[in-house]
Amino acid sequence: MKILVCMKQVPQKDAPLKLNETGTWIREDVSYEVNEPDAFALEESLRQKEKHGGEVVVITSGPARSQQVLREALAKGADRAIHLEDNAFVGLDAFNTAKAFAAAIKDEKFDLIFTGLQSDDYGYAQTGVILAELLGWPHATIIMQIEKTDSGIKVKRELEAGFFQFVDMSLPAVLTIQSGINKLRYATLIGIKNAKNKPLRKVALAEVQSAIGENLQKIERLYVPQKTKKTEHIEGTPSEIAKKLVDKLRNELRVL
Amino acid sequence: MPDTILVVVEQREGKLNRVSWETVTAGQAIAAATGWTLEAAVVGSRASAIAAEVAAKKVAKVYAVESPKLEPYTPDAFAAALKHAIAAKHPKLVLMPHTYQVRDFVPKLATAMGRTVISDCIGFKHENGKLVFTRQMFQGKFAADVSFASDAPWFATFQNGAFRGDKAEAGASVAPVETINVDIADNVIRNKPQEVFKEAKQAVDLTQAEIIVSVGRGIKEQKNIEIAKQLADALGGDLAASRPICDNGWLPMDRQIGSSGQTVAPKLYLALGISGAIQHIVGMKGSRTIIAVNKDSEAPIFEIADYAIVGNLFDIVPPLIEEVKKAKAGN
Repeated sequence: MKILVCMKQVPQKDAPLKLNETGTWIREDVSYEVNEPDAFALEESLRQKEKHGGEVVVITSGPARSQQVLREALAKGADRAIHLEDNAFVGLDAFNTAKAFAAAIKDEKFDLIFTGLQSDDYGYAQTGVILAELLGWPHATIIMQIEKTDSGIKVKRELEAGFFQFVDMSLPAVLTIQSGINKLRYATLIGIKNAKNKPLRKVALAEVQSAIGENLQKIERLYVPQKTKKTEHIEGTPSEIAKKLVDKLRNELRVL
Repeated sequence: MPDTILVVVEQREGKLNRVSWETVTAGQAIAAATGWTLEAAVVGSRASAIAAEVAAKKVAKVYAVESPKLEPYTPDAFAAALKHAIAAKHPKLVLMPHTYQVRDFVPKLATAMGRTVISDCIGFKHENGKLVFTRQMFQGKFAADVSFASDAPWFATFQNGAFRGDKAEAGASVAPVETINVDIADNVIRNKPQEVFKEAKQAVDLTQAEIIVSVGRGIKEQKNIEIAKQLADALGGDLAASRPICDNGWLPMDRQIGSSGQTVAPKLYLALGISGAIQHIVGMKGSRTIIAVNKDSEAPIFEIADYAIVGNLFDIVPPLIEEVKKAKAGN
């Protein structure tokens, strides 16, 4: 199977984030990492390739720094990478990001496209499904298991509140992958060394410009959320904090 | 024709998903702010019964969008049916709850119409005649006000708990129900879904727990879960976790709180090393009292905490266990 994995670089989970001067985005001088569900999507593609053969291609969009996610993916076993390299890609909405990806892969022939189920920055949970619609492919979301069948694939969809569902699908198809579908591997030293010689195709904004248009939605402003709840800070040494908390539990919450 | 808002309610196995009332409340609030007319739609193979339930609310009209092909749910059939209904009734704004099912088909529907979805919103503002939707970004560390930059229909989904479902106003009279029968061609539906099921091992019911001690990534290693367990035992409560802990296999999946796990509302929710990702918060924000311990003072969990302790949980939990034990022994 030939699988494309869409990956995104996002700020590290505990990175302290600051607003930019215009209050429309964050200051970008922070540490970045791979969007977590995308890491699971990559792992799943590698496992499918190990079982059934084929090729794993990884794609991302963003400035030069985002190449790091592709390098890591190549080190873990992806065969080649596509980098839509331009800072302008950071500000695209999900519709235009999907259009840019579709344009960048128009000469390729994949059986499956994986994305993480959502990103830790925007959190749209849309790009994969939009890409499927643009390509005219079927899709399934929040996938926890993938098996090859005679006619295509059988996937396990996670529903809410502990429910699941198996869905039979034909190929090609787009799947959005849930965190926890598998156990992530680490890159090996030999993998990191080999990654340096693997092909990485750079796609300039100009090459996909004609496919994308104005954003269909606009972030008017970004801000620190207003608190709706009054929070009492409990401070002191650990033993002081413990005593104060127990006093609250006993005399205010009455749970002790 | 006046501008209209269409709320698409969700059904599961012939019953209205209660989160739909929250979207009705949101629709009523936006209608009041904008002066637009509020309508609702039910999609399914037997939508009429639920349409009648929704018609009792303060809405101008309810559409029962019906086709035998809508059962069982597939994104292809739902997108096709709603595209047909929206093209016929041309609402300006289409609202839905941000459920897993809606997430599965609404980006497809909007894309098929050349439009966009502002997803997972927690509120709206109507400022100088402009409608903006508020949504969380960067895992809740920031909020963004987002506007539509395209023509109608506009699509927006609301996060579970963003509005109060019990505040959905009843109508002065029952709204008329109009059935829209949709023809869905045989080749439209590509996926073949099987029966919905629950994993058998789901043994723990945390929804009735009065005290929950919950652990997140801050617990660092599987062996450290023991101190959270000891605290839960001392308090007479149950142990739970955020998703990454269960993904790692450190606690079983049936102890997971959040959108993909259980939704709880205990008297006390003690969050240890949980940053407060949106998917976790939606599962526990109804708790009466939330105490959060986290070393990151900017962790989003503190936004909803009643009591905040900024510090290392490994310093704070051991003396807390001792104090709780002492207090219990003194009883």
